[in-house]
Amino acid sequence: MPDHEGNGHSIIAKYLRQDRLPHIWCPACGIGPALNCFLRAIDKSGLDPDKISVISGIGCSGRVAGYVKLDSFHTTHGRAIPFATGLKLANPELKAVVFSGDGDLAAIGGNHLIHAARRNVDMTVICINNFNYGMTGGQVGPTAPYDVRTSTTPYGNFESPFNLPLLLYASGATYIARWTVLHLHQLENTMTEALLKPGFSFVEVISPCPAVYGRMNKEPEGLDSLKSYEKRSIIKNGADPKDVGITQNGPIIVGKFIDVDRPTLHTNLAVVAERAKKQVKNS
Amino acid sequence: MKLWRTPFDHNHSAEPLAYVFIDRERCKGCGFCAEYCPCDVLKMGSELSSKGYQLAVVKDGDKCLACGFCELICPEFAVKLTINNKVHSEIKS
Repeated sequence: MPDHEGNGHSIIAKYLRQDRLPHIWCPACGIGPALNCFLRAIDKSGLDPDKISVISGIGCSGRVAGYVKLDSFHTTHGRAIPFATGLKLANPELKAVVFSGDGDLAAIGGNHLIHAARRNVDMTVICINNFNYGMTGGQVGPTAPYDVRTSTTPYGNFESPFNLPLLLYASGATYIARWTVLHLHQLENTMTEALLKPGFSFVEVISPCPAVYGRMNKEPEGLDSLKSYEKRSIIKNGADPKDVGITQNGPIIVGKFIDVDRPTLHTNLAVVAERAKKQVKNS
Repeated sequence: MKLWRTPFDHNHSAEPLAYVFIDRERCKGCGFCAEYCPCDVLKMGSELSSKGYQLAVVKDGDKCLACGFCELICPEFAVKLTINNKVHSEIKS
């Protein structure tokens, strides 16, 4: 029976390794709320927790794998998706969830990301996008908007960023959504849908990084970032992915952009395997 | 407030009594819960935790309508909400 201090059975106690807390993330980091939503989404989806495996790469959000009471693996930098693909091929019953950051998924693991989307591997990818490499000191990342200051671009970023929903749409992902850490109820529902969606589903979570990115960009507190999201975000479900690019001070379009059905890698593989078996028998 | 009779709609429309608990060892004073509480139940206090972070405190627990947003937005998993002796997340699911 839970008491007033909440010590009892709850979703957090069920899925989070509370003996590992306090976690390593900085005060006001956005990974905590995103993880909270993810744990609730697992509970809401009704999936068997023994059949879910969480795979993460390197970076702040890579630490998620160590904090969940589920089967998890902390892979090398950028290789979370290949590991999840292998896991899924070896045991199709498992639900593979990749929880990682934008630097890990879109920079060093960028090739794996687009190819997993092209093959339509049945997995859920949750990308914490904080626009920089937070763990190593705030270097410029592949999603850093034009003109932002980071520790390696102190006079402003001169590169153009990736528009992740467009990249994934072009590669063939079947479910694409984006929310900020302020849209938590929506994020929870989206993660539930993404977990239950057969095929490659991608959820981008815009997250504050006050300790390194925010400090360089006039948002030294996490609250400053949240207030800026509150002001800038526009909910537009079904928006065209090519219109959802993020600029330094421009609007952040959030919502569920793409939800289509396409045969997954496993369905296609089964068809071809059947045909191959028949041909071998006949010859 | 003392009621001289039980209102007819008491059973289905009374506000749930919720307790907000903040773990003082986990709170890192980011202020998310205090800023985004829709009923102004939480606020940032002046007390410091053992690690030197400014703690969030429950200002007016009676106002709480048990929406659960503080529990959801806390990056440290430090806020817990209980209604009628049940943890909020259990009721919602």
